[in-house]
Amino acid sequence: MRIDCDVLIIGGGPAGLCAARSLLGTGLNVLILERDPFLGGQLLKQTHMFFGSKEQYAGTRGFEIGQILTREVQASPNVTVMLETVASGYYPEENFILALEKEKKLYQIYFKKVIVATGASEKSLLFEGNDLPGIYGAGAVQTLMNMYGVMPGQDIIMIGSGNIGLIVSYQLLQAGVKVKAILEAAPTVGGYFVHAAKVRRMGIPIFTQTTVKRALGQNALEAVEIVNLDSKWQYVAGTERKWSCDTLCLAVGLSPMSELLWQFQCEMRYVSELGGYVAKRNAIMQTTHPDVYIAGDVSGVEEASSAMLEGTIAGFAAAKALHKMLDSVDQVIQNSQKFLDEMHRGPIGEKIRNGLAKVEVDVCL
Amino acid sequence: MFIKNGYLDIDELGERMPSEERFERGPVAILECIQQIPCNPCQDACSRGAILPFQSINDTPTIDMDKCNGCGNCISACPGLAIFVVWKNYNLESSLIKLPLELLPFPEEGDSVELMNRKGEKVGIGKVIKIQKTKQNPKSRVIWVEVPKKLAMEVRHISRSNNHDK
Repeated sequence: MRIDCDVLIIGGGPAGLCAARSLLGTGLNVLILERDPFLGGQLLKQTHMFFGSKEQYAGTRGFEIGQILTREVQASPNVTVMLETVASGYYPEENFILALEKEKKLYQIYFKKVIVATGASEKSLLFEGNDLPGIYGAGAVQTLMNMYGVMPGQDIIMIGSGNIGLIVSYQLLQAGVKVKAILEAAPTVGGYFVHAAKVRRMGIPIFTQTTVKRALGQNALEAVEIVNLDSKWQYVAGTERKWSCDTLCLAVGLSPMSELLWQFQCEMRYVSELGGYVAKRNAIMQTTHPDVYIAGDVSGVEEASSAMLEGTIAGFAAAKALHKMLDSVDQVIQNSQKFLDEMHRGPIGEKIRNGLAKVEVDVCL
Repeated sequence: MFIKNGYLDIDELGERMPSEERFERGPVAILECIQQIPCNPCQDACSRGAILPFQSINDTPTIDMDKCNGCGNCISACPGLAIFVVWKNYNLESSLIKLPLELLPFPEEGDSVELMNRKGEKVGIGKVIKIQKTKQNPKSRVIWVEVPKKLAMEVRHISRSNNHDK
């Protein structure tokens, strides 16, 4: 079946929802495709209060931000939402996105502008036995625990001390799960100090320059062999020790889900600071394909505040391109850009700044 | 080093450490936020203007300890759970600490609780004086706990039972 829209938004997470919000009241016909049965994306798994500034809902818990944005977008008559719908491919000859709804119905979706806000997928780690039941990505643990109320295990070791590893460890503790330790391959804690301090004062040790070497167990995970790493990230012989656990949680980073952008033949670049392949883009989040905008983790892995700002920018930019916008649009876009720059300015933002320098271009339009 | 251990050493507090003279004057907020991260909700939390406006969202907070009266409104505004109020001379033997808690079940007023330091070591037993619910953050609580005076700058968490904090 054929559907026509003005702006197609692929992904209903923080970036996609903020893009849609920018398009409210423009009269444009907006369609959001969301793979999950609900809007909100990763926000719905976040039980902690958000950082950032109050304009991006700092101090509000993530799932509540998801509810606020969802309500705003759903109340609008010019936005249609298709849930449990996967954008499975782009067909350049006819210029449509093929979408599969509830694994049954296929749609050809024609659009004038598309905002790709597909997010990121979790990275894994290579070690012997990493396919044993009981080994999860941190996102899966959050989904089970915070969305479905299912305890993933009783006795957990966390790999990775970035913000996700630290936050998920804290959430596990809140759920009453025993977190034995957090292992970090780097010499320092990866995430915010304050997140680390929360789990440390609850008695959870963080071992830096330490990783998992093997997972052990007959039918499911029973123990892991851990090992120290030297300054060249090599195993230190003789430091192996075995720790029992029933769950191993991997929080070792994310990579952008950029498959559709390849199909659009956007100019892509591998940028390790941003998590993998990302599309080159200009300051209004437009890629080298003039009809394709990006926002959120697919444009470089960061966190939800940036995703919301990028979504806002992309939405306004698409509206402007379709000549459906107030005169103040440039001002509104600039404000969001200013916020984003300001967030990236500190030492934490250095990695992102370096990454963005490799993909930001002046071209497009 | 906080960046390696995940907890701070007391000398890393720097100017955020109140003077003995300030402690004499009553409760005061201690902002254990020493790393520049993009976060600023605390700057709007203090009705007395004791937390100074940020120049940049990546600033660490600065507190005017003469304006701070230790009310603790900022505690529940901090997403990092990094603000504590210390009333060092609560009485002759004890100090009072106000700390944020997001763990169920909450303790009750009058409960004896185990006191934990920044490393998660159990360092003593304290008594819950008050459980404060705030409009800002209705799902968590600010716990007022009485601790031995020598632990005033040590205790940063409490444990109600063995369920959580192993």
